[in-house]
Amino acid sequence: MARIELKNVKKSFGAVEVIKGVDLTIEKGEFMVFVGPSGCGKSTLLRLVSGLETITSGELSFDGQRMNDVLPSRRGIAMVFQSYALYPHMTVRENMEFGMKLAGSTREHLRARVDQAAGLLQIEHLLDRLPRQLSGGQRQRVAIGRAITRDPRVFLFDEPLSNLDAALRVTMRIEIAKLHHDMQDVTMIYVTHDQVEAMTLADRICVLRDGQVMQVGTPAELYEKPNSTFVAGFIGSPKMNLLEGALAAPHGAHTVGIRSEHLDVVADGDGEWSGPVVHSENLGSDNYIFVDVGSEEPVVARIGGEEHVRLGTRVGLRPQPGRMHRFDAGGQPLA
Amino acid sequence: MSSHPAAVQARAGISLQQQRARAAFWFLAPMLVMLAFVAAWPLLRSITLSFSNASADTIFNGNWDWAGWKNYVEARPRADGSIRWRGVLVDPKWWNAVWNTVRFSVMSVALETILGLLVALVLNAEFRGRALVRAAVLVPWAIPTIVSAKMWGWMLNDQYGIINDMLLQLHLIAQPIAWTARPDTAMIAVLIVDVWKTTPFMALLILAGLQMVPRDMYEAARLDGIHPMRVFWRVTLPLVRPAIMVAVIFRLLDALRIFDLIYVLTPRSEGTITMSVISFQNIREFGKYAEGSAQSSILFLIIAVFVVLYIWVGKVNLTGEGGR
Repeated sequence: MARIELKNVKKSFGAVEVIKGVDLTIEKGEFMVFVGPSGCGKSTLLRLVSGLETITSGELSFDGQRMNDVLPSRRGIAMVFQSYALYPHMTVRENMEFGMKLAGSTREHLRARVDQAAGLLQIEHLLDRLPRQLSGGQRQRVAIGRAITRDPRVFLFDEPLSNLDAALRVTMRIEIAKLHHDMQDVTMIYVTHDQVEAMTLADRICVLRDGQVMQVGTPAELYEKPNSTFVAGFIGSPKMNLLEGALAAPHGAHTVGIRSEHLDVVADGDGEWSGPVVHSENLGSDNYIFVDVGSEEPVVARIGGEEHVRLGTRVGLRPQPGRMHRFDAGGQPLA
Repeated sequence: MSSHPAAVQARAGISLQQQRARAAFWFLAPMLVMLAFVAAWPLLRSITLSFSNASADTIFNGNWDWAGWKNYVEARPRADGSIRWRGVLVDPKWWNAVWNTVRFSVMSVALETILGLLVALVLNAEFRGRALVRAAVLVPWAIPTIVSAKMWGWMLNDQYGIINDMLLQLHLIAQPIAWTARPDTAMIAVLIVDVWKTTPFMALLILAGLQMVPRDMYEAARLDGIHPMRVFWRVTLPLVRPAIMVAVIFRLLDALRIFDLIYVLTPRSEGTITMSVISFQNIREFGKYAEGSAQSSILFLIIAVFVVLYIWVGKVNLTGEGGR
């Protein structure tokens, strides 16, 4: 239930500046995802919002109220850690109750809140177990449940799914999306290095690099209108093909970008670029072929899952009209 | 291809399990031989002598005889028909030493555990120059006991000791106290030196345990606004308990057989003499090999019982609460 505003927020550890002036507004009830490569400062930024780290300069406010010097416990936040941070010697119920203030709430009230959160996450049957008796997914559910019992106005997730296996990650991703739907007025900030999580969960994504915001926008905006070669290459899977030099020159750009689904595979010599197929990845529904057109990395093009191209076959690639992204030497988009 | 199955066949007589057991045995053998020489043999010899009448005159020429349990307890009828009890088990001097040892062990280990935990908590916090402080804290532990006992002996001396001087100048005492000589203060002096010397050891062991507690857990507690004292009692302490248990058992074993500090700092004081010291005196100073050996054997038994008890109690608690 908070509108979060960051104004020129900076953070230094000693002489090293890790957050270099971030301006960002997160609306009430919004699901904001911080995404970026490791070391980009996304976790640090989250910790600045939580208060676990102090802000070196700039201002952080919730609903217009300055938060820089407010204790973490007074900010009305709850956080889910990558490692779950469950207390190993306490049962699930004790874990969830431990964080709740006893002040003003009776034991029954406390119990009721835990039961309610447990019901929401379907962990009622686990309440008397110890964390080590739970699977990874169950532990993560408990960690989320513990956060819910705090009834926060801001929900922070620090790479919550990174310790889970691929299948469980998908399940939990859906659960978190549902949670966001159920708690619509709670603002959520979610840190991940996985752009698929970012794309599927976010209302808006904030792409970070080297402690700076590269672009903020809805997943569709970032996908369709990346404002730099970095964002173009980071968002989307497989990543956007980026071609430089002579391959880009005919379009009057330093770099051109084209997504794999915007390339039509045509006969050798017919398209704009051509070369031999050097690799293919068939995912069943789609088949991605890697074509060596003379660029640094092979160009990836999507074809149907039933279509097959023999390795070594020469093919032509034709960009679909209006789908090409053009960038200048500084990586900025050209009009 | 044909040579492979043959090579496999050659070892088929021994299962993998047996091969492993064999390898393990050979790795352990040097240690077992060593232990047999330095631990098992002296122990057996000591127990043997405790059932003999060996003395300084007979121990080396082998002219000693078996004495049964006489060294432990013996009933001797007097001429008037009454019975006179003899032996270590009815010797008030021995029981005084037992009482001193237990008193010393319990008090020193308790103090060292509490202080060690406090020091460990401080050293676990992040501050400038932490590495230096960590190293400095270990200095008392690194000094040989004989040296620190002598050093403290001087410091505690009633005539030219610095401690009496300081206490006098602060007007806390009216006249110098002979700390190590007075029966009522000798134990205090011993405890001070032992705590000073051994707290770093406890601190280091507990610190290792503290560093195993994930930082996330403290951060989660911080976000929840839980009072640091509550975090300490409910989170830190339960999680470092295994480390504390290990530290306490190590210290307890050491304390129960304490010898050097007391022998040097408070020689011949009835107030501090321990089981090790009294047995040593009997053997080396009075030549009573049989009686000294009996005392050593009892000391061994007592320590063994303590260890078994402690491990048993620790195990029960650990499984009860889950531990790690």
